Amino acid sequence: MRSIRRFIDTAGWPRIIIGLLLLSLFIAAPSVGVRVDQSITDTIVRFGMNGILVLGMIPMVQTGCGLNFGLPLGIIAGLLGATISIEIGLTGIAGFLGAIALAIPFAVLLGWGYGKLLNRVKGDEMMIATYVGFSSVSFMCMMWMLLPYHSPKMIWGYGGSGLRTTISLDGFWPHILDNFWAIRIGRNFMIPTGMILFFALMALIMWAFFHTKTGTAMTAVGSNPDYARAAGINVDKMRTISVIMSTVYGAIGILVYQQSFGFIQLYNGPFYMALPAVAAILIGGASVNKANITNAVIGTFLFQGILTMTPSVINNAIQSDLSEVVRIIVSDGMIVYALTRATRKSR
Amino acid sequence: MTKKNGFKDTISHLFIGNAVPIMFIILIAIAIPLSGFSTRYLIEEMVTRLGRDSFLVLSLLIPIMAGMGLNFGIVLGAMAGQIGIILVTNWGVSGVGGLFLAMAVATPLAILLGWIAGIVLNHAKGREMVTSMILGFFINGVYQLVVLYFMGKIIPISNSALVLSRGYGIRNAIDLKGMRQSLDRLIPLKIGGIAVPVATFIFIALLCVFIWWFAKTKLGHDMRAVGQDMSVSENAGIKVERTRIIAIILSTVLACYGQIIFLQNIGTLNTYNSHDQTATFAIAALLIGGATVAKASIPNVFVGVILFHLMFVVAPKAGKQLMGSAMIGEYFRVFVSYGIIAVSIVLYAWKRSNEKERSRRSLRGEQEIPKTD
Amino acid sequence: MTEQQPVLQMQDITKEYFGNRVLTNVCLDVNRGEILGLVGENGAGKSTLMNILFGMSIIAETGGYTGKVCIDGKEVVFQNPFDALRAGIGMVHQEFSLIPGFTATENILLNGEVLHDNIVAKLFGPRLKTLDLPEMRSIAEKSIELLGVEINPDTLVAEMPVGHKQFTELAREIHRPEMKLLVLDEPTAVLTESEAQVLLTSLRRLAATGISIIFITHRLQEIFDVCDRIVILRDGQVVKEAATRDTDIVQVAELMVGRSMSAKSVATRAYDEKTETVISIDHLWVDMPGETVRDVTLEVHKGEIFGIGGLAGQGKLGIPNGVMGLYPAGGSVTVHGKPIPLNDPAAALAAGMAFVSEDRRGVGLLLEEALDLNIASTAMQSQNKFIRPLLGGLLKWRDDKAIQDVAREYIEALDIKCTGTSQRVEELSGGNQQKICLAKAFALQPDVLFVSEPTRGIDVGAKARVLEALRTYNRKNGTTIIMISSELEELRSICDRIAIVDEGRIAGILPPSATAKEFGLLMIGKLKGEGSEVNSYA
Repeated sequence: MRSIRRFIDTAGWPRIIIGLLLLSLFIAAPSVGVRVDQSITDTIVRFGMNGILVLGMIPMVQTGCGLNFGLPLGIIAGLLGATISIEIGLTGIAGFLGAIALAIPFAVLLGWGYGKLLNRVKGDEMMIATYVGFSSVSFMCMMWMLLPYHSPKMIWGYGGSGLRTTISLDGFWPHILDNFWAIRIGRNFMIPTGMILFFALMALIMWAFFHTKTGTAMTAVGSNPDYARAAGINVDKMRTISVIMSTVYGAIGILVYQQSFGFIQLYNGPFYMALPAVAAILIGGASVNKANITNAVIGTFLFQGILTMTPSVINNAIQSDLSEVVRIIVSDGMIVYALTRATRKSR
Repeated sequence: MTKKNGFKDTISHLFIGNAVPIMFIILIAIAIPLSGFSTRYLIEEMVTRLGRDSFLVLSLLIPIMAGMGLNFGIVLGAMAGQIGIILVTNWGVSGVGGLFLAMAVATPLAILLGWIAGIVLNHAKGREMVTSMILGFFINGVYQLVVLYFMGKIIPISNSALVLSRGYGIRNAIDLKGMRQSLDRLIPLKIGGIAVPVATFIFIALLCVFIWWFAKTKLGHDMRAVGQDMSVSENAGIKVERTRIIAIILSTVLACYGQIIFLQNIGTLNTYNSHDQTATFAIAALLIGGATVAKASIPNVFVGVILFHLMFVVAPKAGKQLMGSAMIGEYFRVFVSYGIIAVSIVLYAWKRSNEKERSRRSLRGEQEIPKTD
Repeated sequence: MTEQQPVLQMQDITKEYFGNRVLTNVCLDVNRGEILGLVGENGAGKSTLMNILFGMSIIAETGGYTGKVCIDGKEVVFQNPFDALRAGIGMVHQEFSLIPGFTATENILLNGEVLHDNIVAKLFGPRLKTLDLPEMRSIAEKSIELLGVEINPDTLVAEMPVGHKQFTELAREIHRPEMKLLVLDEPTAVLTESEAQVLLTSLRRLAATGISIIFITHRLQEIFDVCDRIVILRDGQVVKEAATRDTDIVQVAELMVGRSMSAKSVATRAYDEKTETVISIDHLWVDMPGETVRDVTLEVHKGEIFGIGGLAGQGKLGIPNGVMGLYPAGGSVTVHGKPIPLNDPAAALAAGMAFVSEDRRGVGLLLEEALDLNIASTAMQSQNKFIRPLLGGLLKWRDDKAIQDVAREYIEALDIKCTGTSQRVEELSGGNQQKICLAKAFALQPDVLFVSEPTRGIDVGAKARVLEALRTYNRKNGTTIIMISSELEELRSICDRIAIVDEGRIAGILPPSATAKEFGLLMIGKLKGEGSEVNSYA
């Protein structure tokens, strides 16, 4: 009895409810006529699309900068990379890799500035991150109209100026990772091997980074900044590095997302993209100041699983589309819960 | 110091202290001629918008007094108000009576939501703002669940004009025919052909008097104490958590009334979007009026509403003149809303960390530390 | 004066914390209008006694106390400080508890405001009564006047000098008409000398109006300036109670630190002053809150165990924290003749110094991490130990095996009780956590090791083992150790020389064999002028 209570205490009610919800969805699926193989395929694809964005949460959480509500900044860097890559006419794998290569400098630059800012407002990072994200997205809304893009694939056709809100990747690099070594069984089951491998590569890099001297120092900074300072670690520098990393992962993450989605979404597209990523890592067991790769993997799987299963199962069961509501309640409920639980014992 | 110098000092102090409103005045002074709007049109717009928005912005003041920052949770009150309006419309009560009935129906709901928010925020001390914002998103999900799925199924809705064609759930847009501007036009008055919503202004004035009076009560005084130092207040025997919950409940209830006033002016309820930007725009207006995260006054509210809405009205046309596209102006005003909030919270956090450092210093004993080398 | 009923009687107060007796049969009387001085070293039991008086919740949570507390002859048991306040007992703390954005008036009457009733309050409750500011102002004025100082009741606390804050706090306690006993805990610690004098005068005025005062301070001169009677606590017992005129500072100092200063305690080797100087500190000042160092000059020799003692708040803790770059500091520090840049922890570590912080959980440990990482992190970051260079040194890979090896080595050497190298530190006991801190410092293989309060908050057995580990390490490696401790006995048992810090300066340096009287006098800063004799040992 006591061990059950302890389990509930450490896992927290929201996670248990979410786990049970997903389980019951899978159990209920066949009885309402939902194809499980199709659902699994969808879950895997969505996992691959979102996984890297979720991984990007880890560095900032680990150095004590909190949940990266400023993820849209990284996404903007990714969008710049994607649009410039198309503008200069790169296609296929060169287009995708080119987009990444072009996005990284922007991400490093933005992340550096963002990190410097967060170092001056310690303790209020999350609120400021949110609004840095919001205001940079709305700033870019103007820029997408003003920047001198010329590619007819991207600008408004009828004499208007500026980029379109949605740009199709057809002819450039749609599904370039999804289709790489993809395994197809029957009509409804597919594993996007390339995308999963790419996620694994990014996870491996993250894992390796936290096994270096710098990565270890970052963990110390997040765990106890005073210890870190006494150990001769430059706390602000480590925090800045973590913010840059999170931003770069955000940039690469959105490119992977887009290639699978087949479109680039500009303007208000990135506005609320931080919330699902934040929710996912929290569902995976992370807290406001502790996160690891396992949290990211499990969390993305659970969260995306729910997002794929709810519409199909519930729609079939009660003939109405609850998915949007479930998404909001699950993700934002999880975040509120985590914010009210976050206390640092040593302080 | 000579007198001249002192005068210069006060002037520069005035400028630094009100940098944000002054900046906006300059910005708008440039944009108005560009937009080509007539003065009359702008005055008319401002009168309307003052009536429409001031109540909502005023609802932000009490949590700031209690040190809980900008209450992004006023959307909770807005949602309560909308549910009140939906129910009253369903019952077919119209006119000002319907308006007040909607307020009465929504009040217990707003109190409940405010109480929940207060408890949640007491668990998230030091990060009230981000928590209240996400809590707003979360309650929005619950609101959608109730309005889109429960209404018409679990909660009986008899008025078929409200219900989606599938038989349950409320339509996206509800025409508030009976209530439209019922308060604004309750006491009709036109000055130079411009309709003045006298009753609404009376309402707003009453709220201002209430806030002014409230600050002088024991409860208001306690809120100021709690807002500055929770542990000192606790040690003095003030019930800190309870006081904070009351602050949030008051704010939520006022926001609920504010949203109802807002909607009667607009005349249409966008069931799923009307409350989306309530907090952002109200907060941005307050900040543009010269308020900060820790300090806001009644004048900030009115200056802010006027400047914010002037910019809001003028920006698209000015953008078109300047850049050849109205969209630029629209994006610009959204950017300004978010940007001003971002800048304000950065400045506040910055100031707070500097102050923490300074107060630490003041406890370090005398100043006679020898500075060798 | 002794004929009448005492205002406060504490009789046979005994208090244990988890089997550890901290107060034994303490008796204390305070008469009307009397100023009683309460002195004792840190940990003598002063704060526990006051916590009992004020009904602080920590007392009940740790099993309560035995004995009686009587106010005006009637026994009372306060459940919380508000009960005490209602009974007319107030306390002025060392830290200010004032609201910075409120005026003096608003602070003096905080949560005791004068209120006007109104119709709304009748309907919705008393918290909607409005404030009567003019009346409040006049009460505050009267209270300030009683203290004999000049403070404008409309000044914001944030804009006041430190002294005025202290007076505002005092005014808050005495504005209540029922106030009869006031406890002041180190009220002069943050004041300048002239401000302190004004405060003492105020206390006399207050006592003359019939208010009784318990005055806690380490500045014995102030006790003799203002108190009628003095009670000395040591190790939880009253060792002396006397009228101030019947005793003198020297006697009080000796009694305060006396303890069991038996002859056997000194067992260290003779100090050899010819060995080379390893570290020299010159005119050091450190801006550490509550432990300000003003002007410290020291030289410590190779292989020495050097002790630094003194009362809390005098600056002894500031010395290592300043040298190691953790708090803003100035002056100069040289190690092996090379100057060390201050305010730079990395540079201090690179110079071969290591530090075991007094703030174990705050600075010393990564509580949520495994113990091997705790031991190795500092050495890894500052000395590139436990690193495997990959790709020609481009990648500095953490060598987990080496980290586990070194952790295992210290677990064995220091006898750390744990389930393995990957156990999280927060799960260990205080004593074992302290050993991890030592291991962390040892892993740096330092030339100079600062150890600050190494035995604070750990049990007796672990204390002995920690001290033994330090001594062994010193003998085996010839490491110079500078140990800072509040426990004089501990310093005397292990150190070759002991410096006593008072008011941010070195009051004197003594051999461990010096008498209690000599140590006591240095601690209370009495012998500043005549210190040349004891100082000669340095």
